[in-house]
Amino acid sequence: MSNQFHVVVCASVVPDPLQTLEPITGSTGPALKNELMLPAILDPWASHALFEGANLVKKVPGSKLWLVSMAPKAKLQQVMMTVAQKVPLQLVALDGPSGGFVDSHQTAAALAKAVAGIPDLDRSRLLLFGGWESASRSAGVTLQLVGEQLGIADQFQGVDSIKVNDDGSFEVLERVEGARHQVSVCIAPPAVLGWATGSLGEPRNDPQVGMQNMRTIMPSLQKAIAAPISPDGLQYSNVATPKQQRETVIVKDKPTDEIAREIVQWITQE
Amino acid sequence: MSTAEQPVVERASIEVDVACVGFGPAMGGFLTTLSRRLMNEDGTPTIESKVLPGMPLQVICYERADDISFGVSGVVTRARGIRASFKDLDISEIPMAAPVTSEKLVYLLDPIGASRRSFAIRTVDRLLRSVAKLPHHAYELPYVPPFLHKDDGFVLSIGQFNQWVGSQLMSGGNVQIWPGMPVSEALIEDRKVSGIRLVDQGVDREGNPEAGFTPGMDIHAALTVIGDGPVGAISRDIDSKLGMPPDHNVSDWAVGMKFVIELRPDVDLPAGKVLHTFGFPEPEIFGFMYIHPGGVASVGIFVPSWFNCPTRTAYRYLQHFIQHPYLWRYLEGGKLRSWGAKSLQESGKHGEPYLVGEGYARIGECSGSTNVLTGSGVDEAWTTGVQLAEAVIDLSKSNQRFTKENLAAYEQRRRSSWVESEARVAEKARDGFHGGIVSGFAGMMLAAFTKGKFSLGKPPKTPNENLQSATEFYRSKLNPQELAAILQEAETKGTSLHDTLMDRSGWPQILHDGSLLVSHQDVLLMGGKVQAPPGFADHVIFRDTGVCGQCGTKLCVEMCSAQAITRSLESAPNFDREKCVFCGACAWNCPETSNGKPNLQFVAGAGGLHSAEN
Repeated sequence: MSNQFHVVVCASVVPDPLQTLEPITGSTGPALKNELMLPAILDPWASHALFEGANLVKKVPGSKLWLVSMAPKAKLQQVMMTVAQKVPLQLVALDGPSGGFVDSHQTAAALAKAVAGIPDLDRSRLLLFGGWESASRSAGVTLQLVGEQLGIADQFQGVDSIKVNDDGSFEVLERVEGARHQVSVCIAPPAVLGWATGSLGEPRNDPQVGMQNMRTIMPSLQKAIAAPISPDGLQYSNVATPKQQRETVIVKDKPTDEIAREIVQWITQE
Repeated sequence: MSTAEQPVVERASIEVDVACVGFGPAMGGFLTTLSRRLMNEDGTPTIESKVLPGMPLQVICYERADDISFGVSGVVTRARGIRASFKDLDISEIPMAAPVTSEKLVYLLDPIGASRRSFAIRTVDRLLRSVAKLPHHAYELPYVPPFLHKDDGFVLSIGQFNQWVGSQLMSGGNVQIWPGMPVSEALIEDRKVSGIRLVDQGVDREGNPEAGFTPGMDIHAALTVIGDGPVGAISRDIDSKLGMPPDHNVSDWAVGMKFVIELRPDVDLPAGKVLHTFGFPEPEIFGFMYIHPGGVASVGIFVPSWFNCPTRTAYRYLQHFIQHPYLWRYLEGGKLRSWGAKSLQESGKHGEPYLVGEGYARIGECSGSTNVLTGSGVDEAWTTGVQLAEAVIDLSKSNQRFTKENLAAYEQRRRSSWVESEARVAEKARDGFHGGIVSGFAGMMLAAFTKGKFSLGKPPKTPNENLQSATEFYRSKLNPQELAAILQEAETKGTSLHDTLMDRSGWPQILHDGSLLVSHQDVLLMGGKVQAPPGFADHVIFRDTGVCGQCGTKLCVEMCSAQAITRSLESAPNFDREKCVFCGACAWNCPETSNGKPNLQFVAGAGGLHSAEN
């Protein structure tokens, strides 16, 4: 088929946001307290990209899906226990830092090199997926840089939908100001799609998918590519947590109008 | 979509060699030992799979919680079995772990005057206060009985330990561990276990199929290894269907509840410091404080089933415990990092099930391995896992099937080990507590110093036989009219009793500071919030709501560790899965029966606490 896709999802690993996260200044710059002890998950933004990618591959026969992820190997192993049960994928593991303050350029270079090194990857069919935002690496910079280093000119950020046309082109909905979407049609890959939330829920854990994935995930983890990222030359001029902080509370059956009023009040506090 | 409109979805199945249920210290010991012996150095399998010829033994483990690090335990352990498995263990590799540096046994007097102390205990208190200066209302015993000693051991966080063990296993790649996948039942035919069935997904709260319904997969295996803890669904399923050995039953339980607290900066307690406490907040409640590296403390209590209080919530008691002056001087100003609760199976050998059967074996706490005399369970659990793995390796290498007869090789290893000899000493050590605190302590000492030859007390009663009514329990604190009014108010408003009863019986109200002393609801959000993924059925089921309507104590409401079960103006209580921490205490506290079984059914379920520090 002419419109098969080779979807590569770049996804980082972040501390489970259900934990109490406390910013500190560590020996190499800003960090989170006890970060290595905290359970980790796949970046929620990138998870949407993964689920959308898997859905696309399922709908377009002959397509393939890779997950390229950089994190300390032990963390990556832990996260894969859950992620591998979600969707069929091939893992490309990079053993490197996953903190939120790692240099985006070096990270992007390592990821681009790993993507370029994927055997059987047809770059003319490449759709590079990732999170538009990132829970750890901020405003989609890394994904954009990976795309640039791979020489991909067509980039879409804040994507909520991809629809494949019969001729192999695809329509992309990007979020723009005013709660509206910008509609673009891309004639063919390669392209970069930084996903917002998409429209798919988290797939259920599927034991069969897990077992199938493990055949490739374990060897990939064991051969994880070392990706040392140097902190040299980096200066952190300012790091601050959001001024608006909201204490989470569990309240049931609260009227939506009241919830909306509270949120507006919270946002406009500053 | 109605059930009739649902497309028929076939139940999938796979075959493996060894299917494992639950990932905790027992399974850690089993998988660590087994995985090291599955492959030769040249990459060929030492034991060939029966289901995938040419491949190594296919071993797969399913864990109910969303991550293998989401366990709860207050762990100080001698770690004999663990150290035997990791001969070059560098304990600093495990976050929050430290060697024990000091150990004390402390009797806590009541500084408030609210706890229910017998005449004998009050006499001891008066005597102590008259002969010794007790500035912190506590007496440090000059002597820690040898059976309690952990001075050659470690302080651990069970979550961090499990995570560390899991990462070792994953890096080896010889076994698979899948969290977030509850197992609903054992596949049993003609008293032979042939595998396990995973829970259905895509169902409503009652378990009815919804969109995306996926029947739980059947995992067929020559050997099923069960290490699902004290209230595991598969253990109870097997006990229910295959029975317990004659005269064995699980009658003694406890709820263990703990806080992980970041100490204020000026508190300079050395990592590895261990305190065992008794006497407060009630004489029946034991406690502990262990210091982790980095100025972090684990502080907790055990509320036993033989404590006859009908409103035995652990949370309020834990808040009073940490405010005891002996502990509060260290903990005041601290910050609550995490919280958790679990059931402890405290019957030991008396509650030991059949360890092996056709096609299955039991390890860890679900096999009665916890030692109630030494207050130790993790090391025992680990060791039973190692013992089973050694037997499995021997049987596999000699191409023998996993029959009950052959699996007796595991039982023999266990019977000839320290786990068994120490369990025998402990077998009746706590029976005396059913006759009172003083006889309980005397019985423990007697059993310990006579190596279990002598003990005090009678065979233990069930939790419900121990229970007093609120009228009886509070008769010295509240007059009948006052109590009746409180009960009536709870019934009318659908609220629980314990806070009101404790307030009115002399316990001071908890002054919330938003950091360490927080409400029972807010604690669910501290350091790893409770999760309830959609698409799974409720795991707390009230079999006969009419029976609930007639229940006088509503004990499931009163003891719930997370206020997930609440009174309802309807007949059955409400259950809120989004708050349940899977402590399992409701499984053994329900005083009512329906068709000969507890009316409250605690089955396999998904979600729970998301804390890796407990």
